[in-house]
This record gives sequence, C-alpha cells and structure tokens, in this order.
Amino acid sequence: MLSVTKRSSWTDTLLSIFLFVLIIILYQYFAHQRHLLNPHDKLVPTFAQMLDAFTRSTFEPDRNGVYRLLDDTLASGQRVLISMVFVFGGVLMGAYMGLFPVMDKLFYKFFLFFDKIPALAILPILFIFFGLGEVSKVALIVIGVVPTIILDTYLRAKAFPQEQVIKAITMSASKSQIIFKIILPKIFPMALDSIRLNFKAIVLFLISGEALAATAGLGYRIFVVRRYMAMDIIISYVIWIGLLSYLIDAGICLWIKKQYRWYNK
Amino acid sequence: MNNFKRISQFFILLLLTGFIAACSSPSGQESNASSSTSGKSKKFKVAWSIYSGWQPWDYANQSKILEKWAKKYGIEIELIKMDYIPSVEAYVAGQVDACVMTNMEALDMPAASGVTSTALILGDYSNGNDALLTRDNLQVKDLVGKEVNLVELSVSHYILSRALEKNGLKESDVTIVNTSDSDIAPAFISNNSQKAVITWNPLIMEIKKQPDVKQVFASSSIPGEIMDLMIVKTNVLKDNPELGNALTGAWYEVMAIMKKEDKATEEALAIMAESAGCSLQEYKDQLKTTAMFYSPKSALNYTTSKAVIQSMDYVRKFCFSHGLLGENATSFDQIGIQYPNGEIQGDKNNIQLYFDSSFMEKAANAQL
Repeated sequence: MLSVTKRSSWTDTLLSIFLFVLIIILYQYFAHQRHLLNPHDKLVPTFAQMLDAFTRSTFEPDRNGVYRLLDDTLASGQRVLISMVFVFGGVLMGAYMGLFPVMDKLFYKFFLFFDKIPALAILPILFIFFGLGEVSKVALIVIGVVPTIILDTYLRAKAFPQEQVIKAITMSASKSQIIFKIILPKIFPMALDSIRLNFKAIVLFLISGEALAATAGLGYRIFVVRRYMAMDIIISYVIWIGLLSYLIDAGICLWIKKQYRWYNK
Repeated sequence: MNNFKRISQFFILLLLTGFIAACSSPSGQESNASSSTSGKSKKFKVAWSIYSGWQPWDYANQSKILEKWAKKYGIEIELIKMDYIPSVEAYVAGQVDACVMTNMEALDMPAASGVTSTALILGDYSNGNDALLTRDNLQVKDLVGKEVNLVELSVSHYILSRALEKNGLKESDVTIVNTSDSDIAPAFISNNSQKAVITWNPLIMEIKKQPDVKQVFASSSIPGEIMDLMIVKTNVLKDNPELGNALTGAWYEVMAIMKKEDKATEEALAIMAESAGCSLQEYKDQLKTTAMFYSPKSALNYTTSKAVIQSMDYVRKFCFSHGLLGENATSFDQIGIQYPNGEIQGDKNNIQLYFDSSFMEKAANAQL
C-alpha cells in the first residue's frame, strides 16, 4: 500500500540525494586509498584533482592558447545543432508519411529497415563516403537517430483521429494546412518528448564520431587525453556532458510545459 | 508512513554496510593485483598487442615455448592479446603484470602515473614502421597550413614533431586531425582531399599501394628513438625474478628460431603472420622495417649504449611539452629514468622507469 500521508520535505530531499552521497563517499574513499599507495595515481583521481582539471580546462588557455572546455563545447554543440535541423525535418517527414498514403508506401518500409541498422556498424563506410570532416559526424547522428524520430511521429500521425482530418478537408483545408494547422500542433509535444528521450543516443553518436576523427569536441578530448591517462579531465568532461544533457532535457520539458499546457503527464 | 519508515531504515542500513565494507576492505589495490598464489605455482598475466616486433610473443605462446620456460622456473604465465592502448591501460590499472609497449608509452602512461616499471627486454626499434606519407609530391616543408591525419599524442605525433623539427618548422604550422587508427588507412585512401597522414605498419604498406602516395619521412630517419619493450612492474620483477627469467628465456629461444633462416623459421613466421592478419610475405616486409635484436648480445649492447639515453631525452622532452607527463608537470626532469650503468636522467628521488639489462645479460651468457 502506498502511503498517502504527506511526508516532511526534508526526508524526501534526503532520500533523493541518498545514492549520490553514497557514491561520492565510496568513490572518495577508494581514491584516497589508491593515493596512499601511489601518490602519482592517475586512474582514480580525487575530487580535488577533478576540480583542478575542470578549472584548468575552463579558465586557463592550454599550450595552444585555447580555452579547451569552451572550444570543445562549441565544436560539439555545432554538430548537435546541425543534426537537430534534420531531426526536426524527421518530425515533418513522419507527419507527412502518417497522413498521405503515397508517402507511407514509399518511405515506411525504407525507414523501418534503416532504423534496424546500427549506425555504428556502418561508421567505416560513412568515413569513406563523407571523409573525416564534419559531414560524416553529422551523418552518423542523423542516420542513428532520425529514422527513430520519423517512425515515432509517423505512428502518432497514424493514430490521429481521422474525423478531425475529414472535418478539415470538408472545410476545404489544403494539405499543408492539415499538416501544419491540424496535425502538427497536436503531435508536436509528443515528438518533442521522443526527441528528449533520444537525446542520449544523439550524444552517444556524437562522441563516437568525434572519437574517430576530429580536431575539437567533447568526445574528441576524452579520447585524446586517454593517451596520457588524464582521468581527472575525462571524469570532469563526463560530468559536464551529463550536466549539459540534463539542462537540454529540462529545457525541452519547460518548452512543452509552457507551449502545450494541455499536454500533461 | 510505516512503509516509508521501513524504506528509510533499509537505506540507512545499506549506507552503513556499504561504508563498513569500504572501510574494512584490505587497504590497497595490491590485494587484487593479478599475480595470485592460488595453487602451487604463481600465475602472471602478460598483455601483448599486434605489431611486427611483438608477434614473436604470440608465437612463443602458441608453440608452448613460453609454457616450457615458465615451467622451468615454476611459474605460470598467461599471455593476453589486447588492443594497444587498452593493454597499456590494463597494465597501469594493475590487471596485468607485464605488457609490451614503446619507450614513449612506458614513460607517459605507467611511469607518469606512478606505476614504477622496468624495461626487461629491448626487442627492436622501429626502423621505418612509422612513416609520414603524402599525396601530390608534397615534402615536409610543403605541409605548412595543411591538415595531417594521425593518432594524436602517439608515436605518430612524435614522428611529426621530429620531421617538422628537422625541417625547421613548428607544430603550429600544421593542423593535426586526430584520427583513430581503425579508420585512418581506408579514409586516407578513399579521400583524395587528405594530403598527409602519419601511421604505422601494416597500415603504411596498405596506403603505399596507392600510386600517388609517397613516403617523405619515417622512423628510419631517426633510428633507435622508438624502441619496443617488454615492460614489467618493478616490484613484481623484484619479488619474482623467475618471471623475468622465463620471459627472457622464451623470447631469445624464439629469436634464435627466427634468425636460423630454415624451415622452422618459415613455420614460425607463418604463425606470426597469421596472428597479425597478414600474409607471410607482408610480414617479412614488415620485419625489414623493424630492427630486431635477434641475439641477446646485440640487445644488451644497445641497451647499455648512450643511444638509449639520447633517445629517451628526445622522447621525454616531447612528452613534457605535450603535457603527457601530466598537465601539472613542471619539468621534463620530474620523472626519473635509470639506465643499466646506474646513470639517472631526471629526478633521482622519483625514479619510475628502469632500463634493466641484467636479464638480457643472463641470456647472452647462457645462464638461463
């Protein structure tokens, strides 16, 4: 039985931070132990070392005169932003496919097939086709995520009450009016939700692409500093990526909440 | 409410047990080090990765030569094949006791992380296995403003640095594109827009098959600077010299087979080629650019020569200027390196890398 009694807020807070605190304590303990044995240990940096690495990469220019964290974040951000254009294009595509039988017949099987192909498996082919520049990195994200988004929106559009579409047609609405005025406003918050939940995949593909060939980027840095075992930098970058993803997630949630008040959970 | 209380109690209990478990765990990672004494004989783990100069280790394992030598000294040796960088990481993390690596990684990975290491065997040096290849007849001097594909902070990066230095250029004159070694060859071959690449064999052989590609600089221009070593944890070797004996004995037995140039040699090379994933002819070609020290005497002579000290000086300066000794390192002297004659390079209070010739000497004097 779930208790309906209102719990005091401090116990709630305590519970929700409990596991974080536990992990931090255990981690710090092991890091300390390792450093007692080997003061030069780089594999399990203490929190002080991580903080130092983070400030170094954020506020001090490196030996090339670059503020690393900023530079990497901008490079990765640009890649994500460009792929986002395709992701939103995918939403539109899904809506068209759901509404028009010709589009449905032409594209559905095609995207269903592509959705089943693990993008990472065709990475070597992408690099041969698109070279080692930006195109292949964006292509990896697009091929990895967009089919899922298209299929998701397609199913939403398919499930859209036909009565409303028919009603709009009888009132002589054009095709694009049906898409943009009737269907999209209703399914867009759902599409945003699925973009939000797929963001992890976007980051995953971004990092994989950057690990293979790049001159800057969050994933690039993690794989380069690995050559000298700078775990302090790696972990601080991982936390930074997690934080950014969390903020983007929260941002999309806020967008849905503000713009689509009727769409509630 | 009752449930909530019970849940909270459970969590607090969990926290306490976790904490106690953490505190009572034997202080130190040494207890999970891989050398275990379970059973009668001590067991050691040795990691290796594919490279022309390291294939003999795999042959030693497959032909049971390694097992024979391990038995002779009453130990067990498990040889584990890994990718290169993960193998060095596993070594630094303490999951294996020994690992093959170049002098550069030996310095900037274990030694810089405080994992005191000993170079047990100097197997070979790269004599053309690492090279700078270009299109359009570009020379090193023509690379100004161009992109160069390579694995950043690897030996390839070192080669670039030395090539530029010898041509009066700086690293900032070119743009380095960090490229994974898994894709560097096919990507370069298929994209004519890429003009320069630095990588290692067997990829170099593959890329050179292209008609428009030329080699403009190679490790053979800086012979001896990139050495391929068998690195063992210093404390493990100190406590268990039999590990050093067994590894060295097995290595020079294989070297003798490779040098004989008879049927046994062909068979051995065929096995090495197969595990490297290339043909026998290709492997033989790779060996031409690998300066192997087939006899313990030649390895001993080179290890005790001044050339090693000079090479390490180049390498440590490169490592320091690229932040590989740790971004907080203040000098290339921060890490001490000790040579067989007792000479110490760098901080003598922080010796993290030893060049030990004693085992090769035993092999040379047939004392194994």
